[in-house]
Amino acid sequence: MELVISITIGILAGSGLWLILRPRTFQVIIGLSLLSYAVNLFIFGMGRLRVGKAPVLDATVPPYLAGYADPVPQALVLTAIVISFAMTALFLVVLLAARGLSGSDHVDRVERGS
Amino acid sequence: MISADHLVIAPIIIPLVAGGLMLLFEGRRREVVATIDIVATLALLAVSIVLLVQSMGEDQARAVRVYLLGNWPAEFGIVLVADRLAALMLLLTAILGCAALLFALASWHRAGSYFHPLFQFLLMGLNGAFLTGDLFNLFVFFEVLLAASYGLALHGSGRARVRSSLHYIVINLAASSFFLIGVSVIYGTAGTLNMAALAERVAALDPSERGLFEIGASILGIAFLVKAAAWPLGFWLPPLYAAASAPVAAVFAIMTKVGLYIILRLGSITAEAGGGASLFFAEGGLFTIGIATVSFAAIGMLASQDMGRLAGYSVLVSSGTVLAAIGVGGAGMTSAALFYLVSSTLTVAAFFLLVELVERGRTPADDVLAVTLEVYGADDEEDAEVESEVGIAVPAIMGVLGVAFLACALLLAGLPPLSGFVAKFAILSNLLDQHWLNVGGSVSIQGWLLLAVILVSGLTTVIAVTRAGIRTFWTFTDRELPHVRATELGAVGLLLVLCVGLTIQAGPVMRFMQTTANGLELGRPYISAVTGKAQTAPEQPERTQ
Repeated sequence: MELVISITIGILAGSGLWLILRPRTFQVIIGLSLLSYAVNLFIFGMGRLRVGKAPVLDATVPPYLAGYADPVPQALVLTAIVISFAMTALFLVVLLAARGLSGSDHVDRVERGS
Repeated sequence: MISADHLVIAPIIIPLVAGGLMLLFEGRRREVVATIDIVATLALLAVSIVLLVQSMGEDQARAVRVYLLGNWPAEFGIVLVADRLAALMLLLTAILGCAALLFALASWHRAGSYFHPLFQFLLMGLNGAFLTGDLFNLFVFFEVLLAASYGLALHGSGRARVRSSLHYIVINLAASSFFLIGVSVIYGTAGTLNMAALAERVAALDPSERGLFEIGASILGIAFLVKAAAWPLGFWLPPLYAAASAPVAAVFAIMTKVGLYIILRLGSITAEAGGGASLFFAEGGLFTIGIATVSFAAIGMLASQDMGRLAGYSVLVSSGTVLAAIGVGGAGMTSAALFYLVSSTLTVAAFFLLVELVERGRTPADDVLAVTLEVYGADDEEDAEVESEVGIAVPAIMGVLGVAFLACALLLAGLPPLSGFVAKFAILSNLLDQHWLNVGGSVSIQGWLLLAVILVSGLTTVIAVTRAGIRTFWTFTDRELPHVRATELGAVGLLLVLCVGLTIQAGPVMRFMQTTANGLELGRPYISAVTGKAQTAPEQPERTQ
């Protein structure tokens, strides 16, 4: 499972990075979204991967750490998701404003050759 | 809990409540909204002065004040910590806030509907970032201040603002990813995100984990360097600050300092626990980055065609110098760097405000490249007109602005007699002292390099600012006079008077910085204050009922 997760994170981060470096604003925003997915998965991974373990205390499970998933990264991911979601929405607004003002979706507002 | 203890959280609560309240007006009833904003900012100023005075007292319990949010003990819950450094930064933020607000009230706040709420949320994010004792909470406050700053950067709209904001947002979103990666690696290795607890864990960290931890710390460091606009991560800053409306740019002057503050804070805490070695960068890393930033900014200043960009590059000079000084290390150097940080932040903010006032009378034709003019025979025309220009009186308003401009130039370049000089002198004298004392009689190459870079950047500042000043104040014949209101001049005056005050009271202020730096150097009081803070259990149940 570790391998699958790391390959997934790698693909997401790689695609995100490539898209961020593209000249169109729409590509950049998709790239940022992919990057934030990769980061969110990564935060999960740093809490160690556990299968079928709940982060909530349960009377039937013995009170040892081995029986539980780490709740802190899950809380962190939740916050990170909300924040990145809000930021993406905000960026989308600026993107549309920029498109409206300049009539171009190039990040630098300069088309090559013009 | 005694009610006075709750004062620590006031710098976050006040802007939050004020900002929320103002949102209810949906951009209408400007007078009411403006009044709320003024009251909140003044309250913030009062609270930060009280916090600073209390942190200066002899009482050790008050020197580092820990506030447990939700009354959970430090490692489980989130803490706010107010020590001397945090209180100092809070006060600086509040002062800039007051000046910028005063300036904005004259006309700028009408340029968009939500200036006041965004302004308060920005202050909230800044204060939170200075107060928090927890890395993830720091991330949250960073995002709060960034979200507000995106809105403020767009304040007034227009092509240049939208374009530079677009770049700014992309860069900061990418930097936030770095931040999260760094934070999660640190959590994955050390198992905590509380800064003080982190310091204790690091010392006991398994050597095999240690490498991964340091990678995490470095990635985190990159995020902070982006915020501090260090070279080569700071190219977004000059266009953004030049395009932003003046009061916004003035408050933004402290945003780069948040990155510097965190580097200083984490450096101090982890150095104490980690056996002196800085966790963020290899030996000399910060120093090199700082030197590169100052050099880049000095060249950028010379190449600047308009005053807004010039001011933007002066922000880079300021943060680069602080970085290099922190990189040298030592309590004396840190205190000098702190003095420089305060002085330069006030100066740059004043400069941004002043530039907008001066540029107000500019006609579009004036935007011809300054250098181009000098190269292509603008001088010849002047020779012909020399006689007719004799005896033209400088209008009073340009005279007043000119004096303020001169003061800004002196402060930026670090020439006597103002506080910019005191600050740079303190850095240089510490540098020389430190090396002569430590390395028996010779200053290292690094020392000479810093010396040279600081002096040369001062020189280029003089050249660039003088050129801009001559073009603005001595060739005003065909330009309209700017309409300046008293409050706007008052805002610039307030910041400059504070710089003069820093010069006159340099002794006491320097002593304060010295004790602050000593406290940072030790690190231990901070760590033990946070980890040793017990719950205020006996009283609490009664309150919750």
